[in-house]
Amino acid sequence: MNQTETTKQKIDAGEIIVANMSKYYGAVQFHKDVVKDCSFAIERGKLTVMIGPSGCGKSTLIRLLAGFEKPSSGTITLNGHPITGPAHDRLVLFQETALFPWMTTYDNILYGPRARGEVTKETLDLAEFLLNKVGLQDFRRKYPMQLSGGMQRRAELARAMINNPQVMILDEPFRGLDAMTKELMWEYYSTLYEENRRTNFFVTTDIDEAIFLADRLLIMSNIPTQVRAVLEVDVPRPRKLTDIVENDRANEIKMEALSILHEEAMKSFSRGSKAAADFVEAYSRRVAKT
Amino acid sequence: MAMTKQALFTRTLLRGLVSIAVFLILWELGARSKQWLMLDAFEWLRSVLAAVGWDKKYLPWIGAVPAPTEVLKAWVAVLGEQGYWHSWYMSFFRVMGGFIAAMIIGIPFGLLLAVSRTAYGIGFPVFEVLRPIPPLAWVPASIIFWPTQELSITFVTFLGAFYTIVINVVGGAKSIDVRYFQAARSMGSSQWDIFRRIILPGTLPSIVVGSAVGMGITWEVVVAAEMISGGGSQIGGTSGGGLGFFIWNSYVGGSYEQIVVGMISIGIAGFLSSELLRALGKYVTPWLRLR
Ligand SMILES: Nc1ncnc2c1ncn2[C@@H]1O[C@H](COP(=O)(O)OP(=O)(O)OP(=O)(O)O)[C@@H](O)[C@H]1O
Ligand SMILES: [Mg+2]
Repeated sequence: MNQTETTKQKIDAGEIIVANMSKYYGAVQFHKDVVKDCSFAIERGKLTVMIGPSGCGKSTLIRLLAGFEKPSSGTITLNGHPITGPAHDRLVLFQETALFPWMTTYDNILYGPRARGEVTKETLDLAEFLLNKVGLQDFRRKYPMQLSGGMQRRAELARAMINNPQVMILDEPFRGLDAMTKELMWEYYSTLYEENRRTNFFVTTDIDEAIFLADRLLIMSNIPTQVRAVLEVDVPRPRKLTDIVENDRANEIKMEALSILHEEAMKSFSRGSKAAADFVEAYSRRVAKT
Repeated sequence: MAMTKQALFTRTLLRGLVSIAVFLILWELGARSKQWLMLDAFEWLRSVLAAVGWDKKYLPWIGAVPAPTEVLKAWVAVLGEQGYWHSWYMSFFRVMGGFIAAMIIGIPFGLLLAVSRTAYGIGFPVFEVLRPIPPLAWVPASIIFWPTQELSITFVTFLGAFYTIVINVVGGAKSIDVRYFQAARSMGSSQWDIFRRIILPGTLPSIVVGSAVGMGITWEVVVAAEMISGGGSQIGGTSGGGLGFFIWNSYVGGSYEQIVVGMISIGIAGFLSSELLRALGKYVTPWLRLR
C-alpha cells in the first residue's frame, strides 16, 4: 500500500447508535414483530459484524439503518443525528447484486457523483483509482451480466466507495459465491478495510466469515431479533486466512460464538421452528468438526 | 467457441432449408394430384369417416389450392405491376403510421401510469374497459368517426399496437427491482434522475417486447381492416388498397394464384418489419446482447 493510495480519499468515519428500536409489520391479526427492543452501536472506524440465524430479521435491520423504512419505535442516529431517510453517508451492498444492468461498470461506479452533479477532475481520478483498486480496469466497458459474481461484488464496492460514505453496510455480500471466490473476497475486503478504516457494518450467517472479518461481533437472537451477545475479536490485523485458522484466540472466540448461537437455536427449536432445526443441525456438525 | 457456434448456425440453417423444401414439395404434389392427400389410397380411413357420417366432400381439399410453381408464375407476372408495389406501400404506410403513433402515445402514457398513482387511478380503469374490445370491432365506428378512410384504417391499426405497448410499459416499469430505486436514492438521485436513468432504461426491454408483439398485431389488423373497408384509397381500384385488399380483390376476381401471392407477401412484410424492430431493439438494449 503506497502513500497516494491511502491519501486518495479523506475518510470520514461515522458512528451509528441504535436505541430500543422495534419494527413490526402488519396490523392486528397479521402483526409480526421482526425486531424487538434492539440496541447496539456500530462504532466509529471499526468493522462490526452481525451474525444471526437465517430469517431472524437482519435484512430488515439493514433497511432501517439505510433509511428505506422507519422503525416502529426507538431511534437510530448517525453521529448523534436521527436518520430520516436514505442518503449517501450510509450505503448498502445488498444480499444480491444491485448493479444497474443497463450501465457499464464505469457508469455504475460514477452513478452517485453524476446523480449529485459532483463530477470533477478529482472524482474521475478517484474512479480510475477505484477501478484499479478493485481490479476491473479492463472491464470498465462491460455490463454487469458479463462480470463474474466476485467481480460484480467488487464493482459494487467501488460504486459505494466513490461516494465516500461514513458507514458502509453490507448484507451477506458474499452469499452465493463459490467457496474459493468467497475466501478471496474475504481477504480482499479485509485488506480494503484495513487500508481505509471506514466504519463498516457487515451482516452474515457464516461464522468463519464473521470471525475472520470482525473487530466486534454482534450475535443476534432469533426473530423478533435482539443482540444476544457482543464479542470483541481481538485478533491483530492485518489478518491472513492461513493464519487465522491456527490462531488460538480466534478459535476460542469462534467456540464461544458457536455455543451462544447453538443455545439460541435450541431455544427456538423447542418452539418448533423449522429454520432453527436446520440451524442446530448445521452448527452441531460444525462444532463436532472443530 | 466461435467454431461450434458457426457449425450450429449452419446446421440450423440447413434444417430450416430442408423443412421449407419438404413443405413446398408436399404442397406441389398435393396440389397437382388433385386429391386430398391421396385419400383414395386410404380406403379404411374413408370408410371410417363414412361410418361416422362424414362425407369426403366436407374435407379440405389441397387440390383446390394452386401449386407453388403456379403461384410463382403469378408472382413474377405481378412483380412488374405498379399496383402490386403500391399495395405494399399502402399497407406499410398504414402499419408504420399506426405503429409509430402507438409508440409515441403509448410509451409516455404507460410510463405515466407506472410512475403516478393518481394517473393510474384515473387512466387505468378507462384503459381496461376499452382494451378487451378487439381493434376490428372499431372498424365501422372508426369509419364514421374519422373524415377519411385512410385515417380510419390507420386508427384501427394504431389500436392494435397501442394496448400491447401500454400494458408492456406499465408491467415493465412496475417490475423494476425495488433495490435499484433504493440504491439510486441512497446515492442522491433526484426524482427526474431516477426516471431518466433507472425507470427508462429499466423499462426498455419491455418496450422492445411490447413493440414486437404490437407490430405483429398491427399487420393482422391492417389486412383485415383493408378487406372490410374495401381498401379505402383515394386512388381507387386494386392499386391503392394495400395487401389486404389485394388478396380480397384477387378472390373476388377469381385469381387464386394471386391470393397466395398476397398471403406470402404479407408474410414477408411482417417478417421484415419484425426483423427491423428486432435489430432496433438490440441496438437500444446493448446490455441484453451479451450472448
Ligand atoms: N415487509 C414485510 N412484511 C411482513 N413481514 C416481513 C417484511 N419484511 C420482512 N418480514 C419478515 O421478517 C422476517 C425476517 O426477514 P429478513 O429478510 O429481515 O431476515 P434475514 O435475517 O435477513 O434473513 P436471511 O438470512 O434469509 O437473509 C421474515 O420472516 C419475514 O417474513
Ligand atoms: Mg437477509
